Amino acid sequence: MNYYAVSVIKIAIVFAIFMTTLAYMQWVERKLLAHIQSRTGPLRVGPHGLMQPLADVFKLLTKEDVVPPFVSKFYYFAAPFLAVMLSLIAISVIPFGPQITVFGTTTYMQISDVPAAVLFVLAISSVSVYGIALAGWSSNNKYSLLGGLRSSAQMISYELPMTLAIVSPLLLSNQLSFRAIADTQAGYYFGFIPHWNIFKCPFPQIFGFLIFLIAGFAETNRLPFDLPEAENELVAGYHTEYSSMKFACFFMAEYANMITMACIATLLFLGAWHPLFPGLFANYFPTLCFLIAALAFFYFAANPARPRDRKTFPVFGLVMLVLAALWAVPQFHFILIPLWWFAAKAGLLLFTFIWVRGTLPRFRYDQLMRFAWTFLFPFALVNLLLTALFVAVFGGC
Amino acid sequence: MDTILFIICAIVAILSALNMIVQTHPISSALSLIGVMAALAVLYLLLGAEFLAMAQMFVYAGAVMVLFVFVIMLLNAGAEKASRKSWFAQVAGLPLVLAFIGVMVFLTKAALPPFRAVEFGSWVGGSAYNIGHLLFTTYLLPFEVISVLVLIAIIGAVVLARKEID
Repeated sequence: MNYYAVSVIKIAIVFAIFMTTLAYMQWVERKLLAHIQSRTGPLRVGPHGLMQPLADVFKLLTKEDVVPPFVSKFYYFAAPFLAVMLSLIAISVIPFGPQITVFGTTTYMQISDVPAAVLFVLAISSVSVYGIALAGWSSNNKYSLLGGLRSSAQMISYELPMTLAIVSPLLLSNQLSFRAIADTQAGYYFGFIPHWNIFKCPFPQIFGFLIFLIAGFAETNRLPFDLPEAENELVAGYHTEYSSMKFACFFMAEYANMITMACIATLLFLGAWHPLFPGLFANYFPTLCFLIAALAFFYFAANPARPRDRKTFPVFGLVMLVLAALWAVPQFHFILIPLWWFAAKAGLLLFTFIWVRGTLPRFRYDQLMRFAWTFLFPFALVNLLLTALFVAVFGGC
Repeated sequence: MDTILFIICAIVAILSALNMIVQTHPISSALSLIGVMAALAVLYLLLGAEFLAMAQMFVYAGAVMVLFVFVIMLLNAGAEKASRKSWFAQVAGLPLVLAFIGVMVFLTKAALPPFRAVEFGSWVGGSAYNIGHLLFTTYLLPFEVISVLVLIAIIGAVVLARKEID
């Protein structure tokens, strides 16, 4: 098949999955936060509130689109567009699996394999500050302006430790393309410790991973670093004056950035799609997980906490059984197994994003800046120097 | 494909550059400058200088211009008002600009080797590996001198900022 047709198909698949994940992230987040806080979360729309994202989209589409007077029109309209566009672009260089052959067409599970993909992602992330900054400035509102300014200062500050944390795995891999970096993380030490950068000798990147994750929270404006939208100080920060779809654009941008950040952390530190265990067990581990989930659903359907669980949980259990059967078919393994491992790792990181939001209170602004410059930055620098030293002395292994 | 992309980006670059001069509001000018830089980054990519293109994006369009925009927002700079032009500028402005452009075109043409058509994608020395290799072998001394220079600038900035507080 020709290159353009394959590209269009891949873009369509990635876009569909990305958008669905984006919409359902919000449902997952609301449910998880609710359970952390002993509430039930969305329940009304569909079984267990599963139709809630759809309802939210309709709500946001049909809301009145208020444009306040005295805003600078051009930038006011351009800002949400810029924010959402830049946050969606970065996914295009992220590989989700190895090279595959479907219907005689050999291709990568990724939209495009850019040789300098890491630099591309960094470039996009450093430019994406403009969406928020412009939104804050063009709204002609002091809260918005302060939110925009805070966010630009925060993103510039946290970009430094994040970039330094990214450089260390690059030193270990000696590559700049995500695909090549993922390929260097295949294999196991002593037959059971995976070659992931977080475990890799000569210098395991555990600290690098933590620094990247913390900086990632700040880059995506998530709690405990969501100072740009601290509601008790700034109303809603940079998107105070936005309503309807324009507000939804900022919302989408935040979640898209979160997903991209989780994917990058998976690729650089957690061994991309390479399984945790060697051998055949890794191929049937997804099936095992789905079976356990199905069993849990059937158990809770038999002992329901709420009356309606008796009807809904068997259906979920059946879905899990179907998934387990699908992942057990050896003919599909070449595409489904890497995808499952990638999704599991990225999903775990996304869960951490939400978990932290439910656990930690917000920083004060001066604490945030001091943390970045006096703790995270020197720590990242030391991590980089040690990695460089070890790589120079012992070489790659 | 390359030629179409080149024409689009060249037009975007030139229009943004003109817009930067014409706009009266500093934010508009700064954003036009970002437009120029982004278009130039695509041109670098077309020529095969991928590292330069990415560096252009995250150093200039990202870091440097974010600081510009940040300062403009912080100072809340308003739109400029056109001052009354002096008689000399009114009479001689346009001819002088045209003469300047003419001289520059002549000098550039005289200094440069004869024109050759650019072949997109024919040059392969622009990857991060190649640039890093050159920086640490052929151009090691200039590279180190520049790092010391940047260090001096950082220390200078710290010293100046401290004086302000006292």
